[in-house]
Amino acid sequence: MSVEFSFLLVQALSGLASASSLFIIASGLTLVFGVTRIVNFAHGSFYMLGAYVAVSIVPWLLQIERSPTLFFVGVLISACVVGVLGVVMEILLLRRIYKVPELFQLLATFGVVLMVQDAVLYFWGPLDIAGPRAPGLRHGVMILDQRFPAYELFLIAAGPVVLGLLWLLMHKTRFGILLRAATRDRDMVGALGVNQALLFTGTLFLGAFLAGLGGALQIPRVSASAQMDLSIITEAFVVTVIGGMGSIGGAFLAALLIGQLQAFGVLIFPKITLVLVFLLMALVLVVKPWGLLGRPESTAGHTALPEGIMQPRGFAAAEKLLLLLAVLAAASVPIFGDTYTIKVATEVLIFALAAFSLNFLVGNGGIVSFGHAAYFGLGAYASGLLVTKLGMPMEPALIAAPLAGGFFAALFGFFIVRLQGIYLAMLTLAFAQIAYAVCFQWVEVTGGDNGIVGVWPSTWAASRSAYHYIVLVAAMAGILALRHVIYAPFGASLRAARDSAQRAEAIGIDVRTHRWLGFTIAGAAAGLAGGLYAFSKGSIDPTLLGIPLSVDFLAMILLGGMQTVMGPVLGAAAFHSIKDIFMPLTDHWRFLLGASIIALVLIFPRGLGGAYAALRARFSGGAP
Amino acid sequence: MDSIFFGRRALLAGGAGLAAAAAGRGAAAQGAPIRIGELNSYSRMAAFCIPYRNAMQMAAEQINAAGGVMGGRRLEFIFRDDGATPGDAVRVAEELLTRENVSFIAGTFLSNVGLAVADFANQRKRLFFATEPLSDAITMAQGNRYTWRLRPSTFMQTRMLVEAARGRTQKRWAIVAPNYEYGQSAAANFKRLIGGAIPGAEIIAEQYPALGRVDAGATVGALAQARPDAIFNVLFGPDLTAFVREGNTRGLFERRFVLSLLTGEPEYMIPLGDETPEGWVVTGYPWEQVEGAEHRAFVEAYRARFNDTPRKGSLLGYVTVQVLANMLNRANSLDNEVLVDTLRDLRTETVVGNVTMRGIDQQGSMGTWVGETTQRNGQGTMRNARYADGADYMFPEEEVRAARRA
Amino acid sequence: MTLLIVENLNKNFGGVVAARNVSFSLVAGEILAMIGPNGAGKSTSFNMVGGQLRPDSGRVLLAGQDITGLPPRAICRLGVGRSFQVAQTFLSMSVLENLQMALIAYAGRTRDMLARSSALFRDEALGLLNQVGMAEAAARPMGALAYGDVKRVELAIALSGAPRLLLMDEPTAGMAPAERAALMRLVADIARRAAIGVLFTEHDMDAVFAHADRILVLVRGEIIAAGTPEEVRANPEVQRVYLGTSGLRAALRARAAAHG
Ligand SMILES: Nc1ncnc2c1ncn2[C@@H]1O[C@H](COP(=O)(O)OP(=O)(O)OP(=O)(O)O)[C@@H](O)[C@H]1O
Ligand SMILES: [Mg+2]
Repeated sequence: MSVEFSFLLVQALSGLASASSLFIIASGLTLVFGVTRIVNFAHGSFYMLGAYVAVSIVPWLLQIERSPTLFFVGVLISACVVGVLGVVMEILLLRRIYKVPELFQLLATFGVVLMVQDAVLYFWGPLDIAGPRAPGLRHGVMILDQRFPAYELFLIAAGPVVLGLLWLLMHKTRFGILLRAATRDRDMVGALGVNQALLFTGTLFLGAFLAGLGGALQIPRVSASAQMDLSIITEAFVVTVIGGMGSIGGAFLAALLIGQLQAFGVLIFPKITLVLVFLLMALVLVVKPWGLLGRPESTAGHTALPEGIMQPRGFAAAEKLLLLLAVLAAASVPIFGDTYTIKVATEVLIFALAAFSLNFLVGNGGIVSFGHAAYFGLGAYASGLLVTKLGMPMEPALIAAPLAGGFFAALFGFFIVRLQGIYLAMLTLAFAQIAYAVCFQWVEVTGGDNGIVGVWPSTWAASRSAYHYIVLVAAMAGILALRHVIYAPFGASLRAARDSAQRAEAIGIDVRTHRWLGFTIAGAAAGLAGGLYAFSKGSIDPTLLGIPLSVDFLAMILLGGMQTVMGPVLGAAAFHSIKDIFMPLTDHWRFLLGASIIALVLIFPRGLGGAYAALRARFSGGAP
Repeated sequence: MDSIFFGRRALLAGGAGLAAAAAGRGAAAQGAPIRIGELNSYSRMAAFCIPYRNAMQMAAEQINAAGGVMGGRRLEFIFRDDGATPGDAVRVAEELLTRENVSFIAGTFLSNVGLAVADFANQRKRLFFATEPLSDAITMAQGNRYTWRLRPSTFMQTRMLVEAARGRTQKRWAIVAPNYEYGQSAAANFKRLIGGAIPGAEIIAEQYPALGRVDAGATVGALAQARPDAIFNVLFGPDLTAFVREGNTRGLFERRFVLSLLTGEPEYMIPLGDETPEGWVVTGYPWEQVEGAEHRAFVEAYRARFNDTPRKGSLLGYVTVQVLANMLNRANSLDNEVLVDTLRDLRTETVVGNVTMRGIDQQGSMGTWVGETTQRNGQGTMRNARYADGADYMFPEEEVRAARRA
Repeated sequence: MTLLIVENLNKNFGGVVAARNVSFSLVAGEILAMIGPNGAGKSTSFNMVGGQLRPDSGRVLLAGQDITGLPPRAICRLGVGRSFQVAQTFLSMSVLENLQMALIAYAGRTRDMLARSSALFRDEALGLLNQVGMAEAAARPMGALAYGDVKRVELAIALSGAPRLLLMDEPTAGMAPAERAALMRLVADIARRAAIGVLFTEHDMDAVFAHADRILVLVRGEIIAAGTPEEVRANPEVQRVYLGTSGLRAALRARAAAHG
């Protein structure tokens, strides 16, 4: 009995140590979000940089003297260095984009993620770097009959200490009081006459400092590696969302929950620890739409112009010509292009449909999805499984793709459309990750992470050109159908609900049901795109449902301009071309991709479609 | 084969190239170059893939300096990042074949990428020389005529380790493996094989942390609680470092026998540093202990060229080029059907000795080293290492036939 | 017959009592004003009638039918049109499209995926805009209007469903005095002609006393007086609160200070 108890105790302590580490990182994320409203993907990169800087600085310091003091001095220096990098990012990038749509800011920080990944490889090399252990804390401490690392005891204490210091900072200093005020009401700070730029710079320093501290504190436990950023960022997001965005106390609570869930989860479900946290997040959001300690975002009295499709207008004569040319070009690719060109053109068409369906949600409905790839992937799986497992031909399998995408969009969407804003986006992410995990884990049916190969088209469609025409017809049909809906009363109702849900309800629109229907339609269209993709690649695998692909889709609609109807098509082509140009060029293509994303955000803050619209307005307005 | 010494002289193209390069400048290659498309996760899996590419380039240069292949044609590799996803990889493969006009393709690291490219190659009827992906499926259930793999598969490496445990007395085993195909199939292979090597052995605990996200404290705690006699570990990379550190502090490995896949490869051993545990039985590559003139020449050339020690990836890249060069010389044609037929049971003398591309499952017999971990000057290394020739650890032929028929 | 009966509505926000035993009624064609200082609970009461808020207790009857706790869209379909204190319109659309959208919604065609929304109900929409004097601005984007014009369009939206009851939370906020009087006259006119019951709040006492048939006075969630403008003006309790017709805020401050 005592054996059992001591084990449970130590397991709980392990959970506390993880929770502490997680909290330190997540507190920075939640702070930055609270003040700037920027969903900072680069927070994970700061964490990684904290670890890399620490494995460089700390051993050097320890050569002077192997003392605990110098170890922690090194850790703090590393955190400060990262804090300064946060300031650099704020001044060089964020400061220029506070006024652009929130999603653009998110995309820009994602560009930073890509750049930092390659920068780390460049400066520190590809090999993982193990840091030194903390002097004086190398040993294990006997707790009852179990040995427990002294360093983890220290970590357990570090979390609450950071929480306490943050509390003091927030309540006893002018900076902290402003931080809290800004978190509660952004406009108020402007009204108070505070130098907003300075406040934001300070926040970014603090946020990056905490991320860097989290990373630097990990070096006695894990080696610094170039994959640390993405592995921590999703977890940090989960913590902030469960806790309530902007709430530091909530983040602490959520980190405790997740730490214990993982510590005991590995005992009961050793295979699904990854998805457990997303299940928890989905559960919390379904029950508490603003997280545990989050405040509802005040939407009443909100009169800002919506970000998204404004007044959709028909094609002008010149644009009809342009469209015709584009279709002709797409149709003539098999005649003039080589098989690779055909393949790329086919993919662009498929992604155009997927991006268009996402913008149907984001641009037209104001429903931001971080997990749109889920429906794309589920459509691909439906097709792929029917062909490979049931031996069905391509034609019915392709019909199943939108049905599957639509079915799961309806299932997940039922819960998703109940939420708002960033919480809604995070729930889409949670469901996407759950779907991903099922495809990943259910090896007997889905082939696990290897996926399933042999998803090739029927013989009549097997040639690259024949399949290209199928995709051309299907994608165009999908896009034009969705476009038609945007101009129809249903599409207008979605825009109405986006502009003012209160007004929409007051004129008799059932906002939730309309959003649900919209979500389902977008899911079906994404599913069709996924089915088309599966046959173009010949295989399906879980990356088709993954976060990176969801981010790619977002990047496409943002590059294209989410406030234009046809922008996403342009965005899909542009994004694919950028990737296609840079990937063969260098190993550091991610750096170039990230840099071009940032450049595009800075140069075309309303996307290519937006730039075109502005140009057009200039011409028609300025002409005598 | 118990010795790690290779006494044989290199006979064929690769070795000849080496010898020529060592002797000075040979006749430089002429004629239209032979282009080979190489796609790999250079960005995502840089630790393995960049040394791999380095060695390939070095090998190609040596061969070209010594007169090239197929009677004087240069060997030229076109390297591409595969984006580490099947979707990107298939597109890149297409690009290599269409735009770059490569004769055939090679490479890939991740199993899902390898399998997707293999299926693509089958569709396009072009040779795909899968160098790194470990998944058994590539040569078994999902094998196809055009796909050949060089590196010893998950099954082969697991089998080498299990054989090394033969005669041990530990009966209660715990498994810890990353939660994806490689980890799962290594665990499955281990469960299947361990009973044969240690009668009465049973698996009493299993942990499958997500790849790259091991919660080391919780995992070590759960394993220790099961009180196993021995542990079979499949974790690698950052997961391994975290696991080993946590296990060392908590005493998980004390008086426990550990079998560990890939841990002896420099890619994973170097980060362990002075935390390298003592006495684990691992597969790996103790490059500084491998004797044989060819191998030593390879190590010296690599160090001189790149100012770095060779990794497992480097060895694999080098051997790949040796086998491919031999294939081209034998086939003397770029017709992919001829190339595929030439590969069938092709024997190549390489820096690791003889490598045969077994025809029945299209799996190379390249082996790896099995030994115990130890520390020297605060660095991890292997002792009592011996080269386990892959030929001795392949899938039984009946099994291959059954799997590939389906 | 009585169009609206509100019985003993209560609503608390945490410790704040926003409405306590609020009861009143309204007949068709009547114009009822609800006045009271800031934070008195006027908007809260409106929202409980309109369905935006669910009362803690009490009942709301519309033409005899219990509508307590129904969602706003259902209450809307039963013939209640409303405007909000902070005007709620569709900012991404043009003025005309706002009206078209409302008409589409009242016609129950929001799920139509085939028609082109810009072609629907054009004439009806223009007619409504004409009524509120906004026909000129039909093509302008909603976001470009002055706030007073936005309020006018919102009124047109509220009228587009041919409501039986109109709820207007500060309909003239942001308008010049002349505009206010014109708008209130318009509302009164429409209400009389179509026998619509109107419940409105205003801080502008001139508008209230000029147009209301009856007035409710709400202070701290409680109705302290009700009656015709003359009765309310004569009410000593109200007089204590209102020194004159425009001194509401000052009066309240004085009252609050007196009570400590
Ligand atoms: N959603 C809410 N949560 C908490 N308190 C609220 C909420 N809505 C209103 N209150 C509070 O209820 C009280 C009544 O508010 P209400 O908005 O109904 O007043 P009002 O009479 O409309 O005032 P005003 O003239 O300023 O519009 C106020 O104290 C207000 O702070
Ligand atoms: Mg009010």
